Amino acid sequence: MSLILDHVSYTYSVGSGYEVKALNDVNLKIEDGEFIGIIGHTGSGKSTLVQHLNGLIQATSGTIYYNGADIYDKDYDRKELRTQVGMVFQYPEHQLFETTVFEDVKYGPKNQGLDDKQATLRAFEALQKVKFPEENYDASPFELSGGQKRRAAIAGVIAMKPAVLILDEPTAGLDPKGRDEILGLIREMHDKSGITIILVSHSMEDVANYVDRIIVMEKGAPLFDGAPREVFANYKKLEEIGLAAPQVTYLMHDLYDQGYPVDPQATTVEEAKQEILRVFGNR
Amino acid sequence: MGIIEAKDLVHEYYRRDEEGNVESIETAVDHVNLSVQPGQFISILGHNGSGKSTLAKHINALLLPTEGTLLVDGKDTSVEANELSIRKNAGMVFQNPDNQIIASVVEEDVGFGPENIGVPTEEIWTRVEKALKSVGMWEYRTHSPNRLSGGQKQRVAIAGVMAMEPKCIILDEPTAMLDPDGRKEVIKTAHELNRTKGVTIILITHYMEEVVDSDYVYVMEKGSVVMKGTPREIFSQVDALKQYRLDVPQVTLLADELRKAGMDIPAGILTREELLEALCH
Ligand SMILES: Nc1ncnc2c1ncn2[C@@H]1O[C@H](COP(=O)(O)OP(=O)(O)OP(=O)(O)O)[C@@H](O)[C@H]1O
Ligand SMILES: Nc1ncnc2c1ncn2[C@@H]1O[C@H](COP(=O)(O)OP(=O)(O)OP(=O)(O)O)[C@@H](O)[C@H]1O
Ligand SMILES: [Mg+2]
Ligand SMILES: [Mg+2]
Repeated sequence: MSLILDHVSYTYSVGSGYEVKALNDVNLKIEDGEFIGIIGHTGSGKSTLVQHLNGLIQATSGTIYYNGADIYDKDYDRKELRTQVGMVFQYPEHQLFETTVFEDVKYGPKNQGLDDKQATLRAFEALQKVKFPEENYDASPFELSGGQKRRAAIAGVIAMKPAVLILDEPTAGLDPKGRDEILGLIREMHDKSGITIILVSHSMEDVANYVDRIIVMEKGAPLFDGAPREVFANYKKLEEIGLAAPQVTYLMHDLYDQGYPVDPQATTVEEAKQEILRVFGNR
Repeated sequence: MGIIEAKDLVHEYYRRDEEGNVESIETAVDHVNLSVQPGQFISILGHNGSGKSTLAKHINALLLPTEGTLLVDGKDTSVEANELSIRKNAGMVFQNPDNQIIASVVEEDVGFGPENIGVPTEEIWTRVEKALKSVGMWEYRTHSPNRLSGGQKQRVAIAGVMAMEPKCIILDEPTAMLDPDGRKEVIKTAHELNRTKGVTIILITHYMEEVVDSDYVYVMEKGSVVMKGTPREIFSQVDALKQYRLDVPQVTLLADELRKAGMDIPAGILTREELLEALCH
């Protein structure tokens, strides 16, 4: 069970004179149950890449295999694919369209063929999981604060119980506690139900704290692919392409450069704390 | 007298059903008092739905007080005759760079605001030049905004506001959609305008690192201002901030953890340089 991208390239506006080559010969294998982070500067192709995974965008060349089957095969059920590979968009406004939040979250399960009662249950469950304020269930999605819209959009996708969950910048606009809650929820869904998570993020700290594997996109193709410690060890190269390492990684490098034998590859506050305590003892 | 003076400001949203009957009333801003001096750099933090955007929209009269008053440069926003001068004096930059771009060429986009408030044509072009230069985007004047990076788009949006020569700029989560580089660019630009042109800045953000260089930080919760102080005063209160669903910069958190583990490190560390200094001496 996996997602395989086989020589996938994509060009926007083919033949218009304004062609943009957004993906350039991407080869990737995503195993069932992985927790992946995708980082890269603006325009590096992250959103284009993930929109291929549920068939929203069709590759200009190359193909994609989901659980072994070619999703571009003429008999392949791409509607079904979209409910198995759920996608939370970068801009929540792009996926909220019903008259109330509750109806909006129910839409996905109903579309999957569940009856009204089951769909209602799913909607309740999803809205509670994302801690959406109950008094706003009947509000119009357009009368919400930025962070509330984000939660509603996430609920709409998890209500479908997808096998692969793609989140394109899900924490943009959330307050710090909300970021931890949503990422914690995603981690829990991953650990408990074994679903595959693909998280696109501009926050190096969030990626370092939560994912097991980071793919760094640059000019439409993966530049680095590995565990957070390995990837952030290339922090100088990451800076050249508009990214950075987590704040604590810089501090660890500073200490290391001044002759303290700390592990410069620590990427989380906890790792940094352990290293500093180990080397500095209880001064 | 400050450039922005909010006195017991209240804003209530009325939610109506399809027939127009009031279903519920939400107090989004609840008796806020705020006094911002000209040339200050102010940041506002607060949980989702705490009323930050609602408060911000009062400052350029996009919303009017339900109760209380708001004066911008001495002018009451609830007096209709003041609207134009308030819009001139207080410019807004929003979260999503794509929703703020109007024209298909950068310089036209920046000229749109001044044109709208009736600035004479020749002057528009001198203002556009000045604004684009002050955000470092002059070389891109003939480009299409759609082909810029997110950070560059936000700088064009800031230039668009600058060209109206406001005394005050309100940035409502201007970096939420940006990569680390773009985020740095936008915050640096805001500080430069503040320092070199004396523009008053109000920054709303969920990224704690971005507010460490502000003059004052306000924390909102459920429509009220619950904390106010310098960044160092605010960020020394790690536990209080967590209770308001907020956080501290990553190095501040690390410093706090080390202190709790028994190391001799002062409270209120804000930057990695400060922590390095504390560790090495
Ligand atoms: N609808 C479109 N038409 C034409 N070009 C597009 C379109 N959408 C994206 N592009 C271009 O394709 C490239 C990749 O864009 P993409 O949105 O995948 O980047 P991203 O890494 O998600 O960026 P961000 O961090 O800003 O979200 C960019 O050069 C972008 O300008
Ligand atoms: N147009 C509207 N109609 C009705 N209620 C609204 C409207 N806009 C916001 N609200 C409500 O007012 C409260 C404050 O919203 P506001 O947008 O000011 O919060 P915020 O602090 O900017 O939040 P965020 O960090 O999520 O952007 C929220 O509970 C929200 O649901
Ligand atoms: Mg994107
Ligand atoms: Mg807001």
